Amino acid sequence: MQWEVVIGLEIHAQLATQSKIFSGAAIAYGAEPNTQACAVDLGLPGVLPVLNAEAVRMAVKFGLATGCEIGQRSIFARKNYFYPDLPKGYQISQHDLPIVGRGALEIELEDGSIKIVGITRAHLEEDAGKSLHEDFAGLTGIDLNRAGTPLLEIVSEPDMRSAKEAVAYMRKIHALVQYLEICDGNMQEGSFRCDANVSVRPKGQHAFGTRAEIKNLNSFRYIERAINFEVERQIDVIEGGGTIVQETRLYDPDKHETRSMRSKEEAFDYRYFPDPDLLPVVIEDSFIEAVRATLPELPAAKKQRFEQDYGLKGDEAAILTGSRELASYFETVVQASGGEAKLAANWVTSELLGALNRDGKELGDSPVSAEMLALMIKRIVDNTISGKIAKQVFAAMWAGEGDADTIIAAKGLKQVTDTGFIEKIIDEVLANSPTQVADYKAGKEKMLGYLVGQIMKASQGKANPAQVNQLLKQKL
Amino acid sequence: MHTKTVAQLAQGLQQGEFSSVELTTAYLERIEKLDGQVNAYVTVTAEQALVAARAADARIKAGTAGPLTGIPIAHKDIFCTDGVRTSCGSKMLDNFVAPYDATVVSRFKEAGVVMLGKTNMDEFAMGSSNETSYYGPVRNPWDLNAVPGGSSGGSAAVVAARLAAASTGTDTGGSIRQPAALCGITGLKPTYGLVSRYGMIAFASSLDQAGPMAQSAEDCAIMLGAMAGFDKRDSTSLERSVPDYRAGLNNPLAGLKIGLPKEYFGEGLDAGVARVVEAAIAEYKKLGAEVIEISLPNTHLAVPVYYVVAPAECSSNLSRFDGVRFGYRCEDPKDLMDLYKRSRGEGFGPEVKRRIMIGTYVLSAGYYDAYYLKAQKARQLISNDFKSAFEQVDVIMGPTAPTVAFNLGEKSSDPVTMYLSDIYTIAANLAGLPGMSIPAGFVGNRPVGLQLIGNYFDEARLLNVAHQYQQVSDWHSRLPDGFK
Repeated sequence: MQWEVVIGLEIHAQLATQSKIFSGAAIAYGAEPNTQACAVDLGLPGVLPVLNAEAVRMAVKFGLATGCEIGQRSIFARKNYFYPDLPKGYQISQHDLPIVGRGALEIELEDGSIKIVGITRAHLEEDAGKSLHEDFAGLTGIDLNRAGTPLLEIVSEPDMRSAKEAVAYMRKIHALVQYLEICDGNMQEGSFRCDANVSVRPKGQHAFGTRAEIKNLNSFRYIERAINFEVERQIDVIEGGGTIVQETRLYDPDKHETRSMRSKEEAFDYRYFPDPDLLPVVIEDSFIEAVRATLPELPAAKKQRFEQDYGLKGDEAAILTGSRELASYFETVVQASGGEAKLAANWVTSELLGALNRDGKELGDSPVSAEMLALMIKRIVDNTISGKIAKQVFAAMWAGEGDADTIIAAKGLKQVTDTGFIEKIIDEVLANSPTQVADYKAGKEKMLGYLVGQIMKASQGKANPAQVNQLLKQKL
Repeated sequence: MHTKTVAQLAQGLQQGEFSSVELTTAYLERIEKLDGQVNAYVTVTAEQALVAARAADARIKAGTAGPLTGIPIAHKDIFCTDGVRTSCGSKMLDNFVAPYDATVVSRFKEAGVVMLGKTNMDEFAMGSSNETSYYGPVRNPWDLNAVPGGSSGGSAAVVAARLAAASTGTDTGGSIRQPAALCGITGLKPTYGLVSRYGMIAFASSLDQAGPMAQSAEDCAIMLGAMAGFDKRDSTSLERSVPDYRAGLNNPLAGLKIGLPKEYFGEGLDAGVARVVEAAIAEYKKLGAEVIEISLPNTHLAVPVYYVVAPAECSSNLSRFDGVRFGYRCEDPKDLMDLYKRSRGEGFGPEVKRRIMIGTYVLSAGYYDAYYLKAQKARQLISNDFKSAFEQVDVIMGPTAPTVAFNLGEKSSDPVTMYLSDIYTIAANLAGLPGMSIPAGFVGNRPVGLQLIGNYFDEARLLNVAHQYQQVSDWHSRLPDGFK
């Protein structure tokens, strides 16, 4: 039997507001437990929520960037359930009328084709606190710092047909929310995570199979592995004559398996109803237009511009627009180097990204700033150094030895263009390589490369390669 | 001193006839001597009261006093008071010392008011007789065998017995007006959104509204002036300026159009109460008012709608009382579920549990549309009735409660009969309208209240209409025997 996989994602993006969604408490990550929870976050008797306007603005920004409908009147609802890290006994979320409605997102698949994934809705809600089961010897600790942190839950249509597509969609949203500066995208800290609804059906069947929801996936690798595991599990169950039960499952990355958390029968009845403490959120057209005016250039538009304005190839442009930060780094290099877009693209995509990757560093931590890289590129262009020497210079800048000019001077890496000096080296090399010279003259053109290599080596790489080529040919 | 109104006391303080410390001491002595008979206070804050009184005297001396500076009042124990136990009449919060002041409390503090203590109330404001309190029932100062009404029974009783110059109450379905009626005092439930709900322990958020309880309409006007106004911490509070509620008290009533809803004078209304209310209406005619019979055709829906909406909201509002962070926690919980079940099972009384169960039921999957959603639609019909009525009349009048105060224990085993004591008051909450109850006479030794319902934000008119009646009657200034 041929099986088709059906996946829908619910992505939770923590909004990068200064304070919580319904209180004035700060939301910085990693603070001492319960130091960022005020009376409202603790759900003390008598406290009331007040909506953070910035969270609304950010949600609208997301909606506009994805071409989704903006809910002109949205309602906060209470989702009722008991849990120790849910202080009020209900989570304030949105149910019937979310702030962001239908839209769609284009994703690029590995084969280069484009797929459209529907966005069902995106709604605002507050996060819960954390239950800490370690360190309390049989007891549970509650940290309410995270309680009330604003989340945008982005719900997709069940449009994805493989784990890879799900990851591509997730990556796209991940880049987008960072472009929009509405989420820091930090998956390790849980600022960006998702639940995956996974089902399988015989190929050609129209009706969906029964789905399982895998909770709280917070890395692209886990998402892919968890979905693939779940797909195989479901196929095994069905092919073994069993049936899939609708349930919530947890992925265990250590054991690489998903485990049942609770079944539909045990599912909570959340008793949603409109929160009487909060008024409906009414969004005027003028507000939408004001937010639209703050939208940055989005990845697709930026990629196209990079291809057109800088003459970059599609894959290069794609890499460079993968994050807003990298794109901005690249453009700074281009500008500061006097418009050397191709060189800038080469150096950023190969050397810089390679070094970041090798050392496990983020762009923000790069020891080589855009301005430093630009100066180095200028030195290539003005023939102070060759491209090969530049690699040495880059490595030295990476190691913190200063800017390009400092390093070139300190290490004596300045390219030699003095014809007399170069000719002298050529003469020495030719004198020491009679066989190779003879071979060249006998028609072995490859020998030219060998000879150039020897000359460059003898000049310790400082001779200008173009001049070397020219002079060598003359002499031969 | 205790026979004086807030307005008179303020004058006495300003003119140096007595100090706030003297006044406060006098009230504390009365509480000491008399509260045992009525059980109106849950907590008396004598020390803090004297500190506040000294500060008030300093303000009076410095010439920076306002109309409430140095006036001793009591707060319903539903308002959070920084550093003082805030029990909400429940075992659940018997150990809860609030770490902050409700907005109402802090506004009174800023006005220089002296808090004498916290008043007894039905548990979580759920009740109409003050018999559901963990701290025992309050007795009606007019007849110690009678209930004071509820849920602000303690706040009504302290004013009736002159154990405070005035008090604060909250009204979700009549909890200010009904006890005001049963205790012979003046109480005002403002328009929903006029007074901040921040720090007021929520019962039913879309209905709860705080208001003043006092001897007279003039005192209510003074109190409301301090309580009302926008609070950025309450999203449902309205951004509009607060008028001077005393300014129009003396406006003449000639030409005032009073609507009498025929539904408020039908079956279930005690004949004695009806006679008292009719006499009061006759008095208004003498003052120049025109009386028009009107209809509020959806009145019969008010009680059933209320007992869907209010329990639904309370079932969610009271979820935070789970034994985890504050309040009552059961002994030696075996596990999380045991902690929840026993903390809530042991911490809440039967009426609260009944309403949590009703509310949980009506919000459950499969029942939501039939109950909650339908109730919301019916609620709109009730609002529409008032909207049409106020196109014809300026104020609606009728009885506050169908009977005078009943005996302790008389209705406590029959919740539905008990719920019907709020039959005339609930609609104003559902519509969000302001309502008042003023003393209009007696049946035997038990007071009768006249209810006034106004249009949105028409508190000034209600106070004016009430005040004018109080200029030609003395029901509001009578004191019960034993508390003179």
